[in-house]
Amino acid sequence: MTGSVERMPQLEALRTLHAARRADDVIITSMGAARDWMVLGAGPLDLPLVPSSMGTAPSIGLGIALAQPQRRVIVVNGDGAMLMNLGSLVSITAAGPANLILILADNGVYEITGAQPTAGSAPARADGTSVAFMGMARAAGFRTVHRFSNAADWARSVGSILSATGPTFVLLDVGAVPGSKGPRSPGPAGPRAIELRRHITQDPG
Amino acid sequence: MFSGDEMAALFTSMGITHVVSIPDSTIGAWHPAIEASPDLRLVRVCREGEAWAVAAGLYLGGATPLVLIQCTGLFESGDSLRNVLHDWKLPIFAVIGYRSYLNQDTLPGDTCLVFTEPVLDAWRIDYRLITTPAQREEIRTHYVACRDAGTPGAALIAEGKA
Repeated sequence: MTGSVERMPQLEALRTLHAARRADDVIITSMGAARDWMVLGAGPLDLPLVPSSMGTAPSIGLGIALAQPQRRVIVVNGDGAMLMNLGSLVSITAAGPANLILILADNGVYEITGAQPTAGSAPARADGTSVAFMGMARAAGFRTVHRFSNAADWARSVGSILSATGPTFVLLDVGAVPGSKGPRSPGPAGPRAIELRRHITQDPG
Repeated sequence: MFSGDEMAALFTSMGITHVVSIPDSTIGAWHPAIEASPDLRLVRVCREGEAWAVAAGLYLGGATPLVLIQCTGLFESGDSLRNVLHDWKLPIFAVIGYRSYLNQDTLPGDTCLVFTEPVLDAWRIDYRLITTPAQREEIRTHYVACRDAGTPGAALIAEGKA
Protein backbone atom coordinates (compact mmCIF):
# COMPACT_ATOMS: atom_id res chain seq x y z
CA MET A 1 0.00 0.00 0.00
CA THR A 2 1.20 3.50 -0.76
CA GLY A 3 0.15 6.90 0.48
CA SER A 4 -1.27 7.88 3.83
CA VAL A 5 -3.65 5.63 5.71
CA GLU A 6 -6.47 6.84 7.91
CA ARG A 7 -5.68 5.75 11.45
CA MET A 8 -7.75 5.64 14.60
CA PRO A 9 -6.34 6.18 18.09
CA GLN A 10 -5.32 2.81 19.52
CA LEU A 11 -6.77 3.60 22.92
CA GLU A 12 -10.15 4.35 21.33
CA ALA A 13 -10.02 1.15 19.28
CA LEU A 14 -9.26 -0.86 22.39
CA ARG A 15 -11.96 0.93 24.37
CA THR A 16 -14.41 -0.34 21.77
CA LEU A 17 -13.14 -3.88 22.20
CA HIS A 18 -13.21 -3.50 25.97
CA ALA A 19 -16.88 -2.59 25.82
CA ALA A 20 -17.73 -5.39 23.38
CA ARG A 21 -15.92 -8.29 25.06
CA ARG A 22 -17.80 -10.79 27.17
CA ALA A 23 -16.80 -11.35 30.75
CA ASP A 24 -15.81 -14.92 29.96
CA ASP A 25 -13.56 -13.99 27.05
CA VAL A 26 -9.80 -14.32 27.44
CA ILE A 27 -8.01 -11.22 26.14
CA ILE A 28 -4.27 -11.33 25.48
CA THR A 29 -2.53 -8.04 24.74
CA SER A 30 1.09 -7.32 23.89
CA MET A 31 3.43 -4.33 23.97
CA GLY A 32 1.61 -0.99 23.52
CA ALA A 33 -1.76 -2.73 23.43
CA ALA A 34 -1.00 -4.28 26.83
CA ARG A 35 -0.19 -0.83 28.20
CA ASP A 36 -3.46 0.61 26.91
CA TRP A 37 -5.50 -2.44 27.99
CA MET A 38 -4.27 -2.06 31.55
CA VAL A 39 -5.35 1.59 31.46
CA LEU A 40 -8.83 0.47 30.44
CA GLY A 41 -8.87 -2.23 33.10
CA ALA A 42 -7.75 -5.84 32.72
CA GLY A 43 -10.05 -8.50 34.11
CA PRO A 44 -9.16 -11.80 35.78
CA LEU A 45 -9.25 -13.65 32.47
CA ASP A 46 -6.98 -11.15 30.72
CA LEU A 47 -3.31 -11.59 30.03
CA PRO A 48 -1.41 -8.36 29.49
CA LEU A 49 1.70 -10.13 28.19
CA VAL A 50 4.25 -8.22 30.24
CA PRO A 51 6.99 -9.40 30.46
CA SER A 52 6.97 -10.95 27.03
CA SER A 53 9.03 -12.62 24.42
CA MET A 54 8.11 -10.25 21.61
CA GLY A 55 5.93 -11.91 19.00
CA THR A 56 4.56 -14.80 21.03
CA ALA A 57 1.11 -13.44 21.95
CA PRO A 58 -0.70 -15.15 19.02
CA SER A 59 0.96 -18.45 19.89
CA ILE A 60 -0.08 -18.20 23.53
CA GLY A 61 -3.57 -17.37 22.33
CA LEU A 62 -3.57 -20.42 20.10
CA GLY A 63 -2.68 -22.62 23.05
CA ILE A 64 -5.41 -21.21 25.27
CA ALA A 65 -7.95 -21.45 22.44
CA LEU A 66 -7.14 -25.14 21.92
CA ALA A 67 -7.32 -25.90 25.63
CA GLN A 68 -10.56 -23.95 26.10
CA PRO A 69 -12.60 -24.46 22.92
CA GLN A 70 -15.80 -23.26 24.59
CA ARG A 71 -14.30 -19.87 25.38
CA ARG A 72 -13.50 -16.96 23.04
CA VAL A 73 -9.85 -16.01 22.98
CA ILE A 74 -8.95 -12.58 21.60
CA VAL A 75 -5.34 -11.60 20.94
CA VAL A 76 -4.34 -7.97 20.32
CA ASN A 77 -0.91 -7.90 18.73
CA GLY A 78 1.24 -5.15 17.26
CA ASP A 79 2.69 -5.09 13.75
CA GLY A 80 6.29 -5.23 14.94
CA ALA A 81 5.46 -8.24 17.07
CA MET A 82 3.51 -9.83 14.22
CA LEU A 83 6.51 -9.53 11.93
CA MET A 84 8.57 -11.43 14.48
CA ASN A 85 6.26 -14.43 14.35
CA LEU A 86 4.56 -14.52 10.96
CA GLY A 87 4.59 -18.31 11.08
CA SER A 88 2.03 -18.12 13.87
CA LEU A 89 -0.54 -17.13 11.23
CA VAL A 90 0.03 -20.52 9.63
CA SER A 91 0.15 -22.43 12.91
CA ILE A 92 -3.17 -20.89 13.93
CA THR A 93 -4.94 -21.83 10.72
CA ALA A 94 -3.38 -25.30 10.75
CA ALA A 95 -5.05 -25.97 14.10
CA GLY A 96 -8.11 -23.98 13.07
CA PRO A 97 -9.58 -22.92 16.42
CA ALA A 98 -13.06 -21.53 15.81
CA ASN A 99 -12.82 -19.51 19.03
CA LEU A 100 -9.71 -17.46 18.23
CA ILE A 101 -9.72 -13.84 17.05
CA LEU A 102 -6.38 -12.24 16.20
CA ILE A 103 -6.47 -8.44 16.12
CA LEU A 104 -3.45 -6.69 14.65
CA ALA A 105 -3.08 -3.07 15.74
CA ASP A 106 -0.84 -1.72 12.99
CA ASN A 107 0.85 1.62 13.59
CA GLY A 108 3.82 0.96 11.31
CA VAL A 109 6.44 1.60 13.96
CA TYR A 110 8.14 0.23 17.03
CA GLU A 111 6.32 2.77 19.15
CA ILE A 112 7.78 2.18 22.57
CA THR A 113 11.41 2.29 21.42
CA GLY A 114 11.04 5.68 19.76
CA ALA A 115 8.74 5.06 16.80
CA GLN A 116 11.31 3.63 14.42
CA PRO A 117 9.57 2.27 11.29
CA THR A 118 9.19 -1.50 11.05
CA ALA A 119 10.61 -3.32 8.04
CA GLY A 120 7.03 -3.80 6.94
CA SER A 121 6.05 -0.15 6.84
CA ALA A 122 6.16 1.95 3.70
CA PRO A 123 8.81 4.48 4.86
CA ALA A 124 11.29 1.69 5.57
CA ARG A 125 10.89 -0.18 2.32
CA ALA A 126 12.79 0.14 -0.92
CA ASP A 127 9.63 0.21 -2.97
CA GLY A 128 7.77 2.55 -0.63
CA THR A 129 4.85 0.21 -0.12
CA SER A 130 3.82 -1.34 3.17
CA VAL A 131 3.46 -5.09 3.43
CA ALA A 132 -0.06 -6.46 3.11
CA PHE A 133 -1.05 -8.02 6.42
CA MET A 134 -4.54 -8.66 5.09
CA GLY A 135 -3.09 -10.58 2.17
CA MET A 136 -0.83 -12.54 4.49
CA ALA A 137 -3.74 -13.51 6.72
CA ARG A 138 -5.85 -14.55 3.75
CA ALA A 139 -3.03 -16.54 2.23
CA ALA A 140 -2.35 -18.22 5.55
CA GLY A 141 -5.92 -19.46 5.56
CA PHE A 142 -7.82 -17.29 8.01
CA ARG A 143 -11.50 -17.98 7.69
CA THR A 144 -12.43 -14.32 7.74
CA VAL A 145 -10.35 -11.15 7.55
CA HIS A 146 -11.43 -7.58 8.25
CA ARG A 147 -9.76 -4.18 8.16
CA PHE A 148 -10.79 -0.98 9.89
CA SER A 149 -9.17 2.44 9.74
CA ASN A 150 -12.06 4.34 11.24
CA ALA A 151 -13.17 4.07 14.86
CA ALA A 152 -16.86 4.39 14.07
CA ASP A 153 -16.75 1.58 11.51
CA TRP A 154 -14.89 -0.64 13.96
CA ALA A 155 -17.42 0.10 16.68
CA ARG A 156 -20.32 -0.78 14.37
CA SER A 157 -18.79 -4.13 13.40
CA VAL A 158 -16.98 -5.41 16.44
CA GLY A 159 -19.90 -7.32 17.93
CA SER A 160 -20.62 -9.39 14.85
CA ILE A 161 -16.94 -10.01 14.22
CA LEU A 162 -16.36 -11.35 17.70
CA SER A 163 -19.41 -13.59 17.37
CA ALA A 164 -18.41 -15.13 14.05
CA THR A 165 -16.79 -18.53 13.69
CA GLY A 166 -13.03 -18.19 13.56
CA PRO A 167 -10.19 -18.20 13.29
CA THR A 168 -10.68 -14.54 12.50
CA PHE A 169 -8.11 -11.89 11.61
CA VAL A 170 -8.77 -8.18 12.11
CA LEU A 171 -6.39 -5.43 11.02
CA LEU A 172 -6.83 -2.10 12.79
CA ASP A 173 -4.95 0.89 11.42
CA VAL A 174 -3.99 2.80 14.52
CA GLY A 175 -1.91 5.88 15.13
CA ALA A 176 1.38 5.80 16.95
CA VAL A 177 1.72 8.05 19.97
CA PRO A 178 5.20 9.59 19.90
CA GLY A 179 6.96 9.44 23.22
CA SER A 180 4.64 6.86 24.72
CA LYS A 181 6.13 4.48 27.22
CA GLY A 182 6.20 0.72 27.22
CA PRO A 183 3.91 -1.34 29.41
CA ARG A 184 4.80 -1.97 33.05
CA SER A 185 4.21 -5.37 34.57
CA PRO A 186 1.39 -5.19 37.12
CA GLY A 187 3.27 -7.65 39.32
CA PRO A 188 5.52 -10.71 39.35
CA ALA A 189 4.65 -12.90 36.40
CA GLY A 190 4.74 -16.28 38.15
CA PRO A 191 1.89 -15.60 40.59
CA ARG A 192 -0.07 -13.88 37.80
CA ALA A 193 0.19 -17.05 35.70
CA ILE A 194 -1.12 -19.18 38.57
CA GLU A 195 -4.07 -16.81 39.06
CA LEU A 196 -4.85 -16.67 35.35
CA ARG A 197 -4.82 -20.47 35.04
CA ARG A 198 -7.07 -20.75 38.07
CA HIS A 199 -9.60 -18.32 36.63
CA ILE A 200 -9.51 -19.83 33.15
CA THR A 201 -9.99 -23.36 34.40
CA GLN A 202 -12.45 -22.63 37.20
CA ASP A 203 -14.65 -19.83 35.91
CA PRO A 204 -17.48 -21.08 33.72
CA GLY A 205 -16.68 -20.51 30.10
CA MET B 1 15.73 -46.01 19.55
CA PHE B 2 11.98 -45.72 20.22
CA SER B 3 9.03 -46.37 17.96
CA GLY B 4 6.18 -43.93 17.52
CA ASP B 5 3.82 -46.31 19.24
CA GLU B 6 6.15 -46.53 22.21
CA MET B 7 6.42 -42.76 22.52
CA ALA B 8 2.69 -42.17 22.03
CA ALA B 9 1.98 -44.74 24.74
CA LEU B 10 4.55 -43.12 27.01
CA PHE B 11 3.10 -39.63 26.53
CA THR B 12 -0.39 -40.95 27.16
CA SER B 13 0.72 -42.67 30.34
CA MET B 14 2.25 -39.34 31.46
CA GLY B 15 -1.13 -37.65 31.10
CA ILE B 16 -0.02 -35.47 28.20
CA THR B 17 -2.90 -33.96 26.24
CA HIS B 18 -1.11 -31.99 23.49
CA VAL B 19 2.25 -32.54 21.80
CA VAL B 20 3.56 -29.30 20.29
CA SER B 21 6.17 -30.20 17.75
CA ILE B 22 8.42 -29.64 14.80
CA PRO B 23 9.87 -32.88 13.45
CA ASP B 24 13.35 -34.07 12.71
CA SER B 25 13.99 -37.43 11.12
CA THR B 26 13.66 -39.23 14.45
CA ILE B 27 10.81 -37.23 15.99
CA GLY B 28 8.95 -37.04 12.71
CA ALA B 29 8.65 -40.81 12.66
CA TRP B 30 6.69 -40.57 15.90
CA HIS B 31 4.14 -38.08 14.58
CA PRO B 32 1.77 -40.59 12.91
CA ALA B 33 1.39 -42.58 16.13
CA ILE B 34 0.88 -39.39 18.15
CA GLU B 35 -1.77 -38.23 15.70
CA ALA B 36 -3.46 -41.62 15.80
CA SER B 37 -3.66 -41.66 19.57
CA PRO B 38 -7.16 -40.78 20.81
CA ASP B 39 -5.68 -39.19 23.93
CA LEU B 40 -3.12 -36.92 22.27
CA ARG B 41 -3.40 -33.96 19.95
CA LEU B 42 -0.44 -33.09 17.76
CA VAL B 43 -0.07 -29.32 17.34
CA ARG B 44 2.20 -28.36 14.46
CA VAL B 45 4.04 -25.05 14.64
CA CYS B 46 6.39 -23.27 12.25
CA ARG B 47 9.39 -22.66 14.48
CA GLU B 48 10.44 -23.94 17.86
CA GLY B 49 10.10 -20.62 19.66
CA GLU B 50 6.42 -20.84 18.87
CA ALA B 51 6.22 -24.29 20.43
CA TRP B 52 7.02 -23.00 23.91
CA ALA B 53 4.46 -20.20 23.62
CA VAL B 54 1.72 -22.51 22.35
CA ALA B 55 2.55 -24.91 25.18
CA ALA B 56 2.34 -22.00 27.61
CA GLY B 57 -1.13 -21.15 26.37
CA LEU B 58 -2.21 -24.77 26.60
CA TYR B 59 -0.95 -24.96 30.17
CA LEU B 60 -2.66 -21.71 31.14
CA GLY B 61 -5.84 -23.13 29.63
CA GLY B 62 -5.67 -26.22 31.81
CA ALA B 63 -4.15 -28.71 29.38
CA THR B 64 -1.00 -30.76 29.86
CA PRO B 65 1.29 -30.01 26.91
CA LEU B 66 4.66 -31.37 25.94
CA VAL B 67 7.18 -29.71 23.60
CA LEU B 68 8.78 -32.14 21.13
CA ILE B 69 11.67 -30.67 19.13
CA GLN B 70 15.23 -31.28 18.00
CA CYS B 71 18.20 -29.69 19.77
CA THR B 72 18.67 -27.27 16.86
CA GLY B 73 15.18 -26.06 17.70
CA LEU B 74 16.23 -25.67 21.30
CA PHE B 75 18.86 -23.24 20.06
CA GLU B 76 16.18 -21.35 18.14
CA SER B 77 13.87 -21.29 21.14
CA GLY B 78 15.91 -19.03 23.41
CA ASP B 79 13.88 -15.96 24.25
CA SER B 80 10.55 -17.72 24.06
CA LEU B 81 11.53 -20.43 26.50
CA ARG B 82 13.16 -17.85 28.76
CA ASN B 83 9.89 -15.99 28.97
CA VAL B 84 7.73 -19.09 29.42
CA LEU B 85 9.92 -21.04 31.83
CA HIS B 86 11.61 -18.30 33.80
CA ASP B 87 9.45 -15.14 33.64
CA TRP B 88 6.08 -16.89 33.89
CA LYS B 89 7.54 -19.93 35.66
CA LEU B 90 5.43 -22.43 33.77
CA PRO B 91 6.40 -26.07 34.31
CA ILE B 92 6.60 -27.08 30.67
CA PHE B 93 8.29 -30.38 29.89
CA ALA B 94 10.14 -31.05 26.63
CA VAL B 95 11.45 -34.07 24.80
CA ILE B 96 14.42 -32.97 22.74
CA GLY B 97 16.21 -34.94 20.06
CA TYR B 98 20.00 -34.89 20.46
CA ARG B 99 21.29 -34.85 16.89
CA SER B 100 24.36 -36.92 16.05
CA TYR B 101 24.85 -38.21 19.59
CA LEU B 102 25.02 -41.85 18.54
CA ASN B 103 26.40 -41.47 15.04
CA GLN B 104 28.24 -38.67 13.26
CA ASP B 105 28.50 -40.34 9.86
CA THR B 106 26.28 -37.75 8.22
CA LEU B 107 27.60 -34.70 10.04
CA PRO B 108 31.12 -35.33 11.29
CA GLY B 109 31.98 -32.84 13.99
CA ASP B 110 28.34 -31.84 14.41
CA THR B 111 28.40 -28.87 16.76
CA CYS B 112 25.11 -30.01 18.30
CA LEU B 113 27.36 -32.19 20.43
CA VAL B 114 29.23 -29.11 21.59
CA PHE B 115 26.32 -26.88 22.46
CA THR B 116 23.22 -28.88 23.37
CA GLU B 117 23.98 -29.74 26.98
CA PRO B 118 25.64 -26.42 27.85
CA VAL B 119 22.60 -24.61 26.42
CA LEU B 120 20.23 -26.70 28.53
CA ASP B 121 22.39 -25.91 31.55
CA ALA B 122 22.46 -22.22 30.65
CA TRP B 123 18.66 -22.14 30.48
CA ARG B 124 18.53 -24.02 33.79
CA ILE B 125 16.51 -26.86 32.37
CA ASP B 126 16.78 -30.02 34.45
CA TYR B 127 17.26 -32.79 31.90
CA ARG B 128 17.97 -36.49 31.69
CA LEU B 129 20.07 -37.88 28.86
CA ILE B 130 18.47 -40.96 27.32
CA THR B 131 20.93 -43.04 25.32
CA THR B 132 19.47 -46.55 25.41
CA PRO B 133 15.98 -48.05 24.97
CA ALA B 134 16.21 -49.41 28.51
CA GLN B 135 15.94 -45.82 29.80
CA ARG B 136 12.47 -45.18 28.41
CA GLU B 137 10.84 -45.35 31.84
CA GLU B 138 13.32 -42.73 33.03
CA ILE B 139 11.54 -40.19 30.84
CA ARG B 140 8.31 -40.71 32.74
CA THR B 141 10.05 -40.75 36.10
CA HIS B 142 11.75 -37.44 35.39
CA TYR B 143 8.54 -35.95 34.04
CA VAL B 144 6.63 -36.92 37.16
CA ALA B 145 9.35 -35.49 39.39
CA CYS B 146 9.27 -32.18 37.49
CA ARG B 147 5.47 -32.09 37.46
CA ASP B 148 5.26 -32.71 41.18
CA ALA B 149 7.89 -30.06 41.85
CA GLY B 150 6.15 -27.60 39.52
CA THR B 151 9.33 -27.07 37.53
CA PRO B 152 10.25 -27.36 33.86
CA GLY B 153 12.31 -30.28 32.64
CA ALA B 154 13.42 -32.19 29.60
CA ALA B 155 14.40 -35.58 28.31
CA LEU B 156 17.26 -35.44 25.84
CA ILE B 157 16.94 -38.33 23.43
CA ALA B 158 20.14 -39.49 21.73
CA GLU B 159 19.67 -39.69 17.99
CA GLY B 160 21.64 -41.84 15.61
CA LYS B 161 21.66 -39.81 12.46
CA ALA B 162 21.45 -36.21 11.36
